[in-house]
Amino acid sequence: MRSALGASVVVLISTRAFVAAAEDAGVVIDNFTFSPTPLTVKAGTTVNWVNRDDMPHSIVLPTLNVKSHPMDTDEDFSYCFEQAGTYDYLCGLHPHMHGQVLVQA
Amino acid sequence: MSNDSIIEPGDMQRRGFLKCMTWAGTAMVWTVAGGVPRSRLIGNAKAATNDGFSFVQISDSHLGFDKPANPNVTATLQDALNNIAAMPKQPAFLIHTGDITHLSKPAQFDTAQQLMGTTKLAVHTVPGEHDILEEEGKSYLNRFGKGAKGDGWYSFDAGGVHFIGLVNVVNLQGNGLGALGHEQLDWLADDVKQLTASTPIVVFAHVPLWTVYADWGWGTSDGAQALSYLKKFGSVTVLNGHIHQTMQKVEGHVAFHTVCSTAFPQPAPGSAKSPGPMLVPAAELKQHLGIARVSLVSSNAPLAIVDTPLAG
Repeated sequence: MRSALGASVVVLISTRAFVAAAEDAGVVIDNFTFSPTPLTVKAGTTVNWVNRDDMPHSIVLPTLNVKSHPMDTDEDFSYCFEQAGTYDYLCGLHPHMHGQVLVQA
Repeated sequence: MSNDSIIEPGDMQRRGFLKCMTWAGTAMVWTVAGGVPRSRLIGNAKAATNDGFSFVQISDSHLGFDKPANPNVTATLQDALNNIAAMPKQPAFLIHTGDITHLSKPAQFDTAQQLMGTTKLAVHTVPGEHDILEEEGKSYLNRFGKGAKGDGWYSFDAGGVHFIGLVNVVNLQGNGLGALGHEQLDWLADDVKQLTASTPIVVFAHVPLWTVYADWGWGTSDGAQALSYLKKFGSVTVLNGHIHQTMQKVEGHVAFHTVCSTAFPQPAPGSAKSPGPMLVPAAELKQHLGIARVSLVSSNAPLAIVDTPLAG
């Protein structure tokens, strides 16, 4: 019984750490730049992009066929990266803006 | 540059880009006559007396934009339209080269239609990337795309000139540049096939068809292919927006021109960290915004373009 309880505590801590990591994974868009890039996260992390620029931007992840809505100033967009890999993305309005998310297993 | 300086053909190659000093209170007229491009700055009064067929171009109104670079873009569009209405000889029609709205919202399109409608002029448009953010461009096409092909391209004839509106803002790729795509290029090749080489051609599109500054995506990846279909024509004039400033270049028989925004200026290529809105003192804003009037000077094809700031 003690052993089983211990195991469940470990799982709980692990889950809490996972949630914290997800909250921490953010990218700020300002002055036509994504920051930080590349962003390294664990698989299962939700990445949040927030637009602090005075022009609208969007996120396009071509390999995942994901396109965000256009984000005006202070709007945001989130996407959960389930699989490990290297994900290049760009702004759908200003495709010279590039970013990258590195997702580790 | 003095007010009467004339750029001879030999100079054109050396100069490459020629930046129009509208904010200095002058206007630029250039003509391409008999294969000899000439360009000079003249006063607005002389330009205004030009007779014959003419039309006006405005661009990048960004209705819905409300940031410090211009908190009232509706008012500055209205100013531009008032200036057009005040022209002694009314132009044949109005061309808007895209970014009519800032976020493709119905209310923004409504305002644009209502304001442009007050001129009583026929309006021809092409979309900018800001006009196709909702419903995959349908909100634009439902209002401005009647009779157009594909994503909104079309052609028409007026005043002896063949006009071609192209769309280079859809499915933008990682190279950062505008793109026309195969379907539209095939249509263009077919569209001009039957025209005689002496027909003056005006092409208008949002993003410049020539590469102004690749690092900021100010160019069209397959623009050169489009222009290759226009090689046989003696007079080709390309009108663009997108970069919120006037620039022009003459390359052989093709004259390229971008116009100012009616909303806010953007920095000269590479002169700032990003191409974002340029903040200028409120009292100077209208010197950075403007309209362009394009005239057919004679039956031998030359077109003359006069950029006019909203003020100053």
